[in-house]
Amino acid sequence: MSSSYQQSENIQFSSEELLKPLPTKRLLFNNGMTALALILSAIALIPLASIIWEILARGISGLRFEMFYQEVTVDGFANAIVGTIIMVAIASLLSIPAGILTGIYLSEVGKRSKLARAVKFVIRILTGVPSIVVGVFAYAVLVFSTKQYSAVAGGFALAVIMLPIVALTTEEALKLIPTAQRLASAALGGNLFQTTTRVVVAAAIPGITTGVLLAVARATGETAPLLFTALFSFGWSEGLFSPTASLPVLIYNLYSDPDPQKNALVWTASIILVGMVLFISLLSRLFTSKRRK
Amino acid sequence: MANPSDRVSNPESLNLEIRTKEGENFTVDDGFKWLVRGFAIIAVILLFWMTLIIFQRALPAIVKFGLGFFTSTDWDIPGEVFGALPYIYGTLFSSALSLLIAVPVGLAVALVTSEDFFPEKVRTPVAFVVELIAAIPSVVIGLWGFFVLAPFFLPLQQLLFDYFKWIPLFSTAPDNTLPPTNTTNMLIAGVILGIMILPTMAAVSRDVLLVVPKELRTGSMALGSTRWETIFRVLLPSGMSGIVGAAMLALGRALGETMAVTLVIGNNPQISASLFEPGHTIPAVLAVEFAEATDFQIAALMYLALILFALTLAVNIGAVLLVQLLGVKK
Repeated sequence: MSSSYQQSENIQFSSEELLKPLPTKRLLFNNGMTALALILSAIALIPLASIIWEILARGISGLRFEMFYQEVTVDGFANAIVGTIIMVAIASLLSIPAGILTGIYLSEVGKRSKLARAVKFVIRILTGVPSIVVGVFAYAVLVFSTKQYSAVAGGFALAVIMLPIVALTTEEALKLIPTAQRLASAALGGNLFQTTTRVVVAAAIPGITTGVLLAVARATGETAPLLFTALFSFGWSEGLFSPTASLPVLIYNLYSDPDPQKNALVWTASIILVGMVLFISLLSRLFTSKRRK
Repeated sequence: MANPSDRVSNPESLNLEIRTKEGENFTVDDGFKWLVRGFAIIAVILLFWMTLIIFQRALPAIVKFGLGFFTSTDWDIPGEVFGALPYIYGTLFSSALSLLIAVPVGLAVALVTSEDFFPEKVRTPVAFVVELIAAIPSVVIGLWGFFVLAPFFLPLQQLLFDYFKWIPLFSTAPDNTLPPTNTTNMLIAGVILGIMILPTMAAVSRDVLLVVPKELRTGSMALGSTRWETIFRVLLPSGMSGIVGAAMLALGRALGETMAVTLVIGNNPQISASLFEPGHTIPAVLAVEFAEATDFQIAALMYLALILFALTLAVNIGAVLLVQLLGVKK
């Protein structure tokens, strides 16, 4: 009885010790850092809000329906939108199959082999190559030899940018499929080809779609690789092998144009471009969140 | 393909050699393996091809200028004398400025979104909104920087010039003509780059902080440390290699960023200690001059592209190795 009394007295004593307030210096440091981190994080949110607000405020008043079927010469941007879509389509045709097959190699066939590790390393390096260097490369490969700026050269440059993104996200998506499913397929007599195509890839389609959409969004917004591969045209392009306009290059070429009409056009084109890119990015998020449920 | 049930009902045809390498199944399988291997090798070829072809096109300039290219400040197009120093200086200076901004802000975002300052419902959208900056096309960020951010910085430049003009960093007088025409400078470029690499810094650091073992945090808390003592003495040191990797990935992006910088740096190849003087970078000069360049100038620009390529390659390889060391994906 007496011992338990003593014990509770001890607890009371130590809890008093515990309840002693933190020394002012430590308290100030702790709360000060919290405040600083919150302020810096709040600042980090400002640019995006400001960018979206400014392009809407400056561009929405100039938005006219005719812009969607008129050329840049008459203050529309139809040829730039079509040019962007064509070049992203060319890039997708070149990079998506190659990227997905590379992802399959990394995750299913090569696995931990030396070649697979080397390929993975190279692909990570490729994602870090500046887009302007990719443009220079595409120029040297296609424009130099054909002596012609073209949508194909622009599409090729965009494909080089998309390829590593598609490959890496495909690999990640395939790795998320449980090994048990591969074993089950093998147990039923499925060989590697059947297991991969009918079980693993089929189950990973949402994840692969996410990666593909991310790559498409990235390519849609790229300017630097197109500057001296596809160049620009004020009117409709004459074909895949002639200079082609795109929305990002339109913005770059006309932002300091002496014609105020063209300056207004730049902001309206920014709304369309940012709208397209954000729409594709958010769409890709949708696939990811569905998969997680 | 043979139907398995046929084999069982027909015992004579049952092939007991299950490891056979014959038949259409195996041909398809082998073909498939070679197909994906072939496509995987394309990526490797691409990187070597890129290096080779840029080197090849730069060769005339490399032969003519050699290593002197790195220290020369001339850029005389008609005289065909070229030097890279102002461009290298501008690239490194603007990237260093961007790191000064992105590292503290990125770490703050990473901490706020990985610690429990707010409920999960607030943290996830904050992380998402910061990552969304990466989705905005760089030319649009440049446009915003040129028309919105640069005029916004003029009063700050005036203030710094009035009180601190004896410091070389702030020794440039602001343009007081109306409307101001020279608002583009190194500082704006650094700030814009800082904004653009912020998502990389924040997202990778966040992933690094989230994989720090829970025991380390609870252990530190149990010993009576406050939250920030835990962060500074336990979380950040244990995630240090990943955070340095994140900063290097971000640096790689800053070095190669083209469009936004071209719009806001002023495109003047000079070496000045002042933050408010215009400058130039390697990607910017490529963007501005390449389309109209003549034969030998192309070689000089290719040489610049090669330098940029080597620079980003070195930074990225370092970053990939550091982040891989920690086993963090991204």
